[in-house]
Amino acid sequence: MIAVHHYIFLSAALFAVGIYGVIARRNAVGVLMSIELMLNAVNINLLAFARYVTPTTLTGQVFAVFVITVAAAEVAVGLALVINVYRNMDHINVDDINLMKW
Amino acid sequence: MDWHTCSFYVLSVMILGSALMVVSLRNIVHCALFLAFTFMGVAGVFALLHAEFLAAVQVLIYVGAITVLILFAVMLTQKTIGISLKQTNRLAPLAVLSAVTFLCMIAVIALNTTFPTSGQHTVAVSTQTIGSAILGNGSYVVPFEVASILLLAAMVGAIVIARGQDN
Amino acid sequence: MTSYVQKIAWLIPLLPFAAFWIILFFGYRLRKASALVAIAGIAGAFGLSLPCFIAMARGHDPVNVSFPWVQIGRLTVDLGYQIDPLTAVMLMVVTLIGSLIFIYSVGYMTDDPLFHRFFAYMSLFACAMLTLVMSNNFLMLYVGWEGVGLCSYLLIGFWFEKPSAMRAAKKAFLVTRTGDCGLALGIFLLFYLTGSVAFDPIFDAAHHSHIHETLFIAAAILIFFGAVGKSAQFPLHVWLPDAMEGPTPVSALIHAATMVAAGVYLVARSYPLFQLGGEHAIALSVVAWIGGITAFMAATIAVAQNDIKRVLAYSTISQLGYMMLGLGVGGYTAGVFHLMTHAFFKALLFLGSGSVILGFHHEQDMMKMGGLKKAMPYTFWTYFIGYLALAGIPPLAGFWSKDEILHHALEHNFPVFLLGAAAAFLTSFYMTRQMYLVFGGEQRDKHIHAHESPFVMTVPLMILAFFSAIIGIVCVHGQGFHHLVHFGQEPPAPFSLSVAGISTAIALLGIGLGWKLYGQKPLSAADEDPLLKIGRLYTFLQNKWYFDELYDTVVIRPLLRSARILYWVDQKLVDGTVNLVGIITIILARVHQLFDTYIVDGCVNLVGTVTRQMGFALRYLQTGSVQSYLCVLYTGVILFVVWQLYTGQHFSCPFLK
Repeated sequence: MIAVHHYIFLSAALFAVGIYGVIARRNAVGVLMSIELMLNAVNINLLAFARYVTPTTLTGQVFAVFVITVAAAEVAVGLALVINVYRNMDHINVDDINLMKW
Repeated sequence: MDWHTCSFYVLSVMILGSALMVVSLRNIVHCALFLAFTFMGVAGVFALLHAEFLAAVQVLIYVGAITVLILFAVMLTQKTIGISLKQTNRLAPLAVLSAVTFLCMIAVIALNTTFPTSGQHTVAVSTQTIGSAILGNGSYVVPFEVASILLLAAMVGAIVIARGQDN
Repeated sequence: MTSYVQKIAWLIPLLPFAAFWIILFFGYRLRKASALVAIAGIAGAFGLSLPCFIAMARGHDPVNVSFPWVQIGRLTVDLGYQIDPLTAVMLMVVTLIGSLIFIYSVGYMTDDPLFHRFFAYMSLFACAMLTLVMSNNFLMLYVGWEGVGLCSYLLIGFWFEKPSAMRAAKKAFLVTRTGDCGLALGIFLLFYLTGSVAFDPIFDAAHHSHIHETLFIAAAILIFFGAVGKSAQFPLHVWLPDAMEGPTPVSALIHAATMVAAGVYLVARSYPLFQLGGEHAIALSVVAWIGGITAFMAATIAVAQNDIKRVLAYSTISQLGYMMLGLGVGGYTAGVFHLMTHAFFKALLFLGSGSVILGFHHEQDMMKMGGLKKAMPYTFWTYFIGYLALAGIPPLAGFWSKDEILHHALEHNFPVFLLGAAAAFLTSFYMTRQMYLVFGGEQRDKHIHAHESPFVMTVPLMILAFFSAIIGIVCVHGQGFHHLVHFGQEPPAPFSLSVAGISTAIALLGIGLGWKLYGQKPLSAADEDPLLKIGRLYTFLQNKWYFDELYDTVVIRPLLRSARILYWVDQKLVDGTVNLVGIITIILARVHQLFDTYIVDGCVNLVGTVTRQMGFALRYLQTGSVQSYLCVLYTGVILFVVWQLYTGQHFSCPFLK
């Protein structure tokens, strides 16, 4: 029988992979992908709790809908930023984008 | 081992394996492809959790829209296509450490926590019930409208940022 | 008529003022035409004054117009003018004689490079003088008073490239200013006593206040001090003879006919103040004595002068003394009457002397003249009329007014009468002397070719001669002048045959003595002045009673010496102290500078260096890489959660504790 813990572990593992990607990827698009992974992990978590802890309400699912909305908005703006950066600097290597330095 | 358990593990392996591919492959187009697989797996998990509507939304939005969007971005930043550069920076060991620490921490906390699991069966969830939960009786109308404004703002912002300064 | 006077009178001083500005701005372009502007200004003033005079002569009520100007606390200053008989007479004198002198000046000044400036000053003078006589308050009077003083200064020093003219202008300005201080103090005192500067309220208050009578008398004497300065009375008479350095029309207008008479006018205007104290009015006695002394002293000095204009200058002082004497002995009408007649015949004499000077090529020494009767007939005859008028020969103008003054003096103050009589004798003597020296005999300096002056100069002379001849008898006839200008009740004309006989006899005696010394045997070039026979007295008189030397010793030298001492104190002590303080300050500043450089700056630099070094060290933390920030952020979050797990109340993990 699958318990809520299984889903929590799955979600945590997916989130951990996202963390690694966000920190370690050099490609800006890759960073964005990793963020999407983390958001999916959150959604799994939300739905798991909704299924096991509060099965009579729809709050979890509604929240998941909002998270997806925000994710869509985030990816749109993020990719626009990436394109802009590429246009200005000819690359999207996050390591070399250090205009905030000093 | 019932089909539910079986499906869960199959989907878990698929999700985590694809996710690892996403963060470790050198070719960014391949990464995007594996990202789509991950999203499909997550949609499967949603279905296991009796959230069929969200599973459908997941497939439509993530696999259908976001992955395509990312592929477009990859295309627009052409130089990076096909080149297999080293995809990780010098922070990679630290990132691994962080991720593992995080996983361990969550595991420890989860294992030591007793969740108030309800034995009740899930109510039948349909598109209609979710629709009424969001719009009916008004409990999530305001957040819904705010989310729509957020999307509009994001769209306008994305267009403005992406078209740059040139006319 | 009265309303007409009211409407136009304010324009009288403004016409010359406008002329002044026009000439000032357009003088260089107007050139000779600036004279026309000036003459138009003064003649316009005359044209406007005439109806005022006629209105007063017909017995209309005086006009008094004022409008508020300044209101500060108790001080309410009304600018305003009044036309009463006294003002009307002064207006006529100033504008009529002024017009004639302006016309005369066209001839006299014709070659002067600063022709237009001369007329600008003259117009300004006319404006100031008219303001003075028309004012109905002491403040505006004072403004006009200082205005004429300024113009006097400018015109005496008109030929400022001549050092003597420059000095004379300075002297005139300073000496009259001494008197003006008295006038100013008098006005302050009156304002303090009455809270007003206008004539009528002050005189009302003076009349009704018995408590402050002494103070009002003091104010009167202070005002008289101002008049002493302006009218060149003893002891402030020293400036007027030197003022002859100015152009002759200036001497005629300012230093004979009008400005110097302003002092007399002031006393006449303030007569209610001087009259305080009844029978034994102290202020009036002061006026009478000063006037008598001045009249006598100046006459004696005039005897021994050889400069044609200086003789007239001392004569003017003497005659002004006469006017003061007349006012002082209660002859209000007589004093003002003499002011008027004197203005005419003295202006005539000055203009005549100017004509002589011009015809004699700017030589003023009478000892070089002689026999000019033939060369300058018009000048001679008009001068002759002026001479008789001044000497007091009936029926010419001077006789009537002088006679009235002597009459009043005889009635009220016998010693002063003696002074006046002696002055009358000396007057006729020195004028006879002058006539013979200038016009009689043969020319002593043959090198100078004398010639008659142009008509633009001789015609005003003739007009003035006409007035000098008839104005006395016209005014006395039917008591016209007494009817017009009087103080309190209209006095009877004090004509008595005995006094008239005495004064005529005195005048004839003086003329006889003059004829005996100078006329019987005309002076030739080789002869010396017969007056030298009186020896030391002559020297004394020629040196003007040594007044200049006295003032030089008593006032000027001590002042200069104290100034030098103060200068020394200033240079050595004050400056020394200041320099010492300065040096000490510099030394202290040096010490302070060291402290500043090494200690304060050291501290500041130390702080700066430390900050800089720390900045260099810390900059490595700011990589600018978002991902390293993110890594630190995750680390932080993880550490925070772990810390919460161990210590917090929100999460409970029993096995960890």
